[in-house]
Amino acid sequence: MTWHWDYVSESIPLLLMGLLVTVELTVLGSLVAYVLGLVLALLRRARIPVLSQLVYLFIEVVRSTPLLIQVFFIFYLLWPALGVTPSAFLTGVIALGIHYATYTAEVYRAGIDAVPKGQWEAATALSIPRARVWTGIVLPQAVPRVLPALGNYMISMFKETPLLLSIGVLEVLNRAKEQGAQTFQVLEPYTLAGILFLLISYPSSILVRRLERRVGQL
Amino acid sequence: MSGSTGNIISTILSGLGATVAAAAGGIALTIVLSFLAGLAMLSRSRAVRFVSRVYVEGFRGTSEVVQLFWLYFVLPALVGFKLVPLFAGIIVLGLNHGAYGAEVVRGAVQSVPPAQREGAVALSFSPAQRMVRVILPQAVVEMLPPFNNLFIQLMKSTALLYFISAGEITEKGELLRPVYGSQLVLIYGVELICYLVIAVVITVVMRLTERVLAGRLGREPPKRDKAFAKVGVTT
Repeated sequence: MTWHWDYVSESIPLLLMGLLVTVELTVLGSLVAYVLGLVLALLRRARIPVLSQLVYLFIEVVRSTPLLIQVFFIFYLLWPALGVTPSAFLTGVIALGIHYATYTAEVYRAGIDAVPKGQWEAATALSIPRARVWTGIVLPQAVPRVLPALGNYMISMFKETPLLLSIGVLEVLNRAKEQGAQTFQVLEPYTLAGILFLLISYPSSILVRRLERRVGQL
Repeated sequence: MSGSTGNIISTILSGLGATVAAAAGGIALTIVLSFLAGLAMLSRSRAVRFVSRVYVEGFRGTSEVVQLFWLYFVLPALVGFKLVPLFAGIIVLGLNHGAYGAEVVRGAVQSVPPAQREGAVALSFSPAQRMVRVILPQAVVEMLPPFNNLFIQLMKSTALLYFISAGEITEKGELLRPVYGSQLVLIYGVELICYLVIAVVITVVMRLTERVLAGRLGREPPKRDKAFAKVGVTT
């Protein structure tokens, strides 16, 4: 098997279409993970009997089991049970979002724990309402500190999206597979897929490292 | 009903061997590569540092699934022979997680207090003796918690071997799905329990190792948390 440049130029438009889907999945999945993760972190912290234990159990089970099975679980079991038929793309966004929410929940928790106790005490002494303490005092201090960690999870998610080809999402690897199946020539499309991932995730991780350094100086 | 239940459970459990073999093989390869690449990144030679940096960033930057597809579907055409799926899986799992582990090793070695190194120099230990007798015993204890997370991540990644039909748990479950469509709760339930149990086993082994090694250094052994609380990944 040899490398054909004309085949490369033929494959690139198709792969870029796939890359767009990969990026969309990552951005939407991250939004779900960031919002749901905060909700899970607050629920765990709320110490409502039973509920906070259930949230803890949910986080541990989702974190310790493979994302691929969670995708199958949602696609083949949960949707039919609920009687709905969302697209494979939406399934991907939701599965990625829920999976990574269990990681971001821990990140938020660490960020919230890092807010000095005196801040809580001062807020109590000033009898500021509880909701206002969270939105005005605690979260504005906790969230900037955890931004690099959230960025890292976005990069991890980006690199995990290819497993969604198992339910037919036309992301970059599935496009490469499609191209390979048509021409029986898989060297170029699969190699290009890898290069595309590297081209995005390497610069992103450098940016996150820079952000880490800046946050470290806070 | 009970016949199909038994059939489902035994079919999924028949994939347990491949899953455990993939995880164990991947972990072994990860440990070797982590130390090789991690120590190479601390080398004085610019060329050695560069090579290990390329390995680490290359494998961290490209997706694990893409690496699996590349090794299993592209490489055979280039080298002329196809790897056994399970073997290909172990190689990809090891190469991928070894790249992450290299940073763990590098960080742990760098976190050993400089006075320890200076002390070893004062005692005129050779560089190799310094590393093996003074630096590494302390660094290894630091590495264990992040390695625990990494190994659980690796164990979860064995599910990706479904894509190359390595006969592990996820693939067995997917083979059952068309036949036992009404019993998906059982199928996925058994799969999830298998992965949870392996995760707990990995954590328990790592915690024990940490206690033993910390004890040998004369350090306070780490506090005994519930094993389950440590399961999961925070990389």
